[in-house]
Amino acid sequence: MDSVALFLPQLFNGLSVASLYLLAAVGLALSFGLMRVINMAHGEMLMLGGYLAWLTLMVVPGAFGILLALPVAFLGTAAIGALVHMGLIRRLADRPLDTLLATWGLSLILQQAARDLFGAIGVEVRAPDWLAGSISLGDVVIPSARLMIIVMTLLVLGGIALMLNRSRIGLDIRAVNQDRMMASATGINVRKVELTVFCAGAGVAGLAGVLLALLGPVTPNAGQVYIVPAFLVVVMGGLGSLTGTSMAALILGLFSALAQIFFDVSIAQMLMLVLVILFLQIRPQGVVAVRSRALDV
Amino acid sequence: MSDPDPMILSAAGAAPGAAPLTAPLAARLAPVGKALPWLALGLAVAAPWLLSAYDLNLLARFMAMAILALGIVLIWGHGGILSLGHGVFFGLGGYALAIHMKLADLPQGEIPDFMQWSGRTALPWWWEPFSSPMFTLLAVLVLPALVAGLFCWAVFHRRVGGTYFALISQALALAFATLLVSQQDVTGGFNGLTQFSSLFGFGLTRPSVVQGLYWVTLAIVVAAYLGLRLLLASRFGMLLRAARDGENRLRFLGYSPTPVKVAAFALSALLAGMAGALFTLHAGVISPALVGVIPSIEMIVWVAIGGRYSFAGAILGTLLINIARDSISSAFPELWLYVMGALFILVVTLMPDGLAGAARNLIERARAR
Repeated sequence: MDSVALFLPQLFNGLSVASLYLLAAVGLALSFGLMRVINMAHGEMLMLGGYLAWLTLMVVPGAFGILLALPVAFLGTAAIGALVHMGLIRRLADRPLDTLLATWGLSLILQQAARDLFGAIGVEVRAPDWLAGSISLGDVVIPSARLMIIVMTLLVLGGIALMLNRSRIGLDIRAVNQDRMMASATGINVRKVELTVFCAGAGVAGLAGVLLALLGPVTPNAGQVYIVPAFLVVVMGGLGSLTGTSMAALILGLFSALAQIFFDVSIAQMLMLVLVILFLQIRPQGVVAVRSRALDV
Repeated sequence: MSDPDPMILSAAGAAPGAAPLTAPLAARLAPVGKALPWLALGLAVAAPWLLSAYDLNLLARFMAMAILALGIVLIWGHGGILSLGHGVFFGLGGYALAIHMKLADLPQGEIPDFMQWSGRTALPWWWEPFSSPMFTLLAVLVLPALVAGLFCWAVFHRRVGGTYFALISQALALAFATLLVSQQDVTGGFNGLTQFSSLFGFGLTRPSVVQGLYWVTLAIVVAAYLGLRLLLASRFGMLLRAARDGENRLRFLGYSPTPVKVAAFALSALLAGMAGALFTLHAGVISPALVGVIPSIEMIVWVAIGGRYSFAGAILGTLLINIARDSISSAFPELWLYVMGALFILVVTLMPDGLAGAARNLIERARAR
């Protein structure tokens, strides 16, 4: 087989996988930068987004129901994110490892609840006709759904970058990210900033869930497939940096897709872990490090 | 960190002795507290005569898991290292022994049935050395410790730790379990390795062997318990706690925290490997479902319930959770995940020091009265 013909579609595949990693990881990374905690139930936000898309399409069938599903999923998962933050994360402030465990417990409950409510097999979201086909560029055939994922990711990324760099709340976020105590001393409501970032992050994961639903059935453990790579993206990306997270997602997404040309999925997964550990040998602070003079960051 | 004095915590189980007992209630409770561990040990030794064969087998499995839990107390409670990948080391020990027992059952020159079904005609090269009992025993002990030591060193020597380490160790558990499932022709895939008839020439169905293996497991639990308490009372234990509470301060004092953490982690992996091997013996099976992401994190909940600083608590927590799991999940399989999820949330938010912490609070309150 022609190697280019094999390589190019897989490259494109890698871009769309990287996009999903990024959407799943960006909320985790931004909250981690602010609060130093990881929400292990973040994967279930993807799953909830998928189920919300399915529910929306039950109410509004039509060709453009999926466009309505995006805001529904965003708001729905953001609202649940708010509950998680207020009920669990805030209570466990300064105990990052315990937060990990408590949110893992939540993740188990959410998965089992989804299994009881929607069934273990999962539900099928039928992509509308305008997303079901594919576009051919020369020799390369690109499935529209995957193109949609990449476009949506670029939009979300642009939106977050604008928010961080051009808005008042973005300024506050960057301030808290740099120095939490100083930010608080200057009158920034740190709790509100944390809540905002956490909700927005959960919302973006919900969006990712809608996009995932275009690729395959929504199952109770839909989030689990993407969340472990998303954790690795956070580890590799560096503390709370949007650029670092994006680059890490790109590296890992492309790596995993290209490794799958030569190896089976399980070995590709192992290699991805090895890549991250090797990367940490060279740059333990991640792709992009926020500079700080603090000793215990 | 608001942890109470770890030296006192490490001695929880027996009441800390320094303070004079003034209150009558405390005075009445103290001998009971002292007698309790001996009573438990006596009951555990006598278990083969007290329990049915089925229950004894369950207890033996849970005892094997308790060995792993002791190792988690060492690294999580006293080292501050949260590993979400201990199933890997449990699995390495379990699979090493399972491969040996598979080979021992085979007639000369044959290969296991699952390999034939997958179309293999010869043993994979790395199966060969496991036909030697000495190599297998060595592998059970050394392989998990070696893998854990290397993995842990690679992360810690670059000063990556805390949450990052937990996430990376979880990725390790996922990768390990996926690899086991996908390489079906050499690992037995999803079903794992099962149906063993003998160990080093002893038939595994003979009642005397079953009882003997139970006592061996119990002896290892007791030895690990005593050994770890000694270890924590030593200079090493102090360095480990210091690395947990103030890694940078320890560096300023001229110590390197990395070797201490790596040694503790490797030791806990060694215990996990032994636990895996013994579990495989008692359960008669080792499979990816016992070593992946969810079992790995379940191991943490055993210790969280018992109390992360207390070795006695970890043993108790392991037994309690597994007994509960066994009775709940056989009747209502769906319910168990809810129970476990709720346990995680409640224990971590309401009683972070687990049952051992609650017991200590009770004792202290009684004494204060």
